[in-house]
Amino acid sequence: MSVGETVIGPPARPTPAQWVRKNLFSSPFNSALTVISVLVIVLAARGIGRWVFVTADWSPVVQSLRLFAVGPYPAEQLWRIWFIVYMVSFLMGVSGGRFGGTVRTFAVALAVAFGVLAVLPISPDYLPLDTRLRLLLNPVMAVAGYVVGRRAPIQARWLPLAWLSSFALTIVMLGGFRNVALLPYVESGKWGGLTLTFLLALVGIVASFPIGVLLALGRQSNLPVVKALCIVFIEVVRGVPLVTILFMVSIILPLFLPDNIRIDRVLRAMLGMTLFAAAYMAENVRGGLQSIPRGQYEAAKALGLTGFQTTLLIVLPQALRVVIPAIVGQFIALFMDTTLAIIVGLLELLAVGRAVLNSNPAWLFRDMEVYLFIALIFWIFTFSMSFASRRVEAAVGLGKR
Amino acid sequence: MQAQGADDIIICRDVHKWFDNFHVLRGITLTVKRSEVVVIFGPSGSGKSTFIRTINRLEDHQRGDIIVDGIELTNDVRNIEAIRAEVGMVFQQFNLFPHLKVIDNITLAPIWVRKWPKAKAEKLAMELLERVGIPEQAHKYPGQLSGGQQQRVAIARALAMQPKIMLFDEPTSALDPEMIKEVLDVMKELARSGMTMLVVTHEMGFAREVADRMIFFDQGRIVEQGTPQEIFTAPKEERTKLFLSQIL
Repeated sequence: MSVGETVIGPPARPTPAQWVRKNLFSSPFNSALTVISVLVIVLAARGIGRWVFVTADWSPVVQSLRLFAVGPYPAEQLWRIWFIVYMVSFLMGVSGGRFGGTVRTFAVALAVAFGVLAVLPISPDYLPLDTRLRLLLNPVMAVAGYVVGRRAPIQARWLPLAWLSSFALTIVMLGGFRNVALLPYVESGKWGGLTLTFLLALVGIVASFPIGVLLALGRQSNLPVVKALCIVFIEVVRGVPLVTILFMVSIILPLFLPDNIRIDRVLRAMLGMTLFAAAYMAENVRGGLQSIPRGQYEAAKALGLTGFQTTLLIVLPQALRVVIPAIVGQFIALFMDTTLAIIVGLLELLAVGRAVLNSNPAWLFRDMEVYLFIALIFWIFTFSMSFASRRVEAAVGLGKR
Repeated sequence: MQAQGADDIIICRDVHKWFDNFHVLRGITLTVKRSEVVVIFGPSGSGKSTFIRTINRLEDHQRGDIIVDGIELTNDVRNIEAIRAEVGMVFQQFNLFPHLKVIDNITLAPIWVRKWPKAKAEKLAMELLERVGIPEQAHKYPGQLSGGQQQRVAIARALAMQPKIMLFDEPTSALDPEMIKEVLDVMKELARSGMTMLVVTHEMGFAREVADRMIFFDQGRIVEQGTPQEIFTAPKEERTKLFLSQIL
């Protein structure tokens, strides 16, 4: 640097007073807006606070926590659901320890949530000590998993496999077997509450994703029959409301099947939701496929890659990351659409809410509290999903300028 | 036209191609010998890019024969894949895979097409990056590299298949002027090492320095061919003279 040249640093950060003046009171009009906004916020917060803590009667929620969580699942078999929850906490811990970052944030959030649930100020009649202790075991499992994830030499690719097998194990644990004394059969009509909502959403997501990708690829295929079949499926399903599809699989489908074949009610709902979600998934993925420039295909061909290798190694990885926001948006929609299972008689979260309201005449006018509680649960999970999606987008956007 | 011999690695006889009704290649007959460096030039729309893309079957031809390293190009998929593994190609727009790191761009085809173990492919990839002068970029993504660096990675990626022939489709046309030289230097080194090269380019300095033969394309035909000296000092055809006077 030549002599006499002065070093110019970035401008100093504004002091809080400067920031307030610049952003809140820069003109008389702005000042008025600021004052009015603050007033509105204070009044609204006071109103909401008063309603939540004074007016509202949360007893239908507080007294039915178990119903909301598991529905009519038999009490003596509840350990099976606890086992699943511990397994999830442990796996979250392992994943958090192995990957760090956002996964760790989620593991911590999950562990903290269970910890908070365990110490909620609720009468022991409705949240007994043993339940609190079981809830508290979850953070313990998460920490144990975390230590394993940090210490043990686990290859990153085993974790998705572990999650998938835990998913299969979950279904086995919930349903059990007809002739196994340790895991007696629990018919799916007894599954319910948040457990069933999760199950419907997860099966829908896990199954519709590969089917949707295959449909999208099929729609782009050069084989006329495959292409036509995919287009017909996608367009027919997309042209019909989910309610109709659920009715069809639950009422009309059994009419066509021989008497000795009966498909379980929950399974039928899962089937309907999966097919519905797959058609939309296919259209989202197709958008991603179309965004891949021709040069990518040509470069892959010129290197001697086969069509299958090109799709798997070059096209799909790029196409899918383009459509992550759309796919997650669809997962969120699917999660909320599980409430439609109510119309085919499944006791998912919303249905449990209605059942609770109808179970006690004193709660007849407490629907506000119950539905708000259900809305809060949905919001927590959908918000987590969109938060995760933003982080994933940021992570895979790495190589792009 | 030269006599046919064992040394001929590319033989094209009366190759025609139509895009719908547009007759883009009108009877191309051309033989390329091993280690020969051929520069193809001509006005845009003359069919020169289309022609070199028929040699690894990125474009099919409708009439005539193309024989590459003894294998005739037909619709037989096995023939096409066999030839693509022998023929490397470098594109105007690089066409690197943006979701893969530089080193993974290079090792992809050896691992999946040649079925090499990963370690062997990576060793070769690092040697090639060394050769094109950017070993330090191995673990970056293509989007983090300059255009010239990306094109050098693309050359390394093509070389990783250890091809017998390299096709270059206007490799410097998308580059900023100060990056053209670094790519041409790599290509010159490759030419001197004995690689058979077909290069579509308007870099006449490059042609003068390393080309064994220059071919002038216009309207889907070969108008004139000869050594750089013949083409630059004594072009026979009026069309060639006119074109050279416009670009030189």
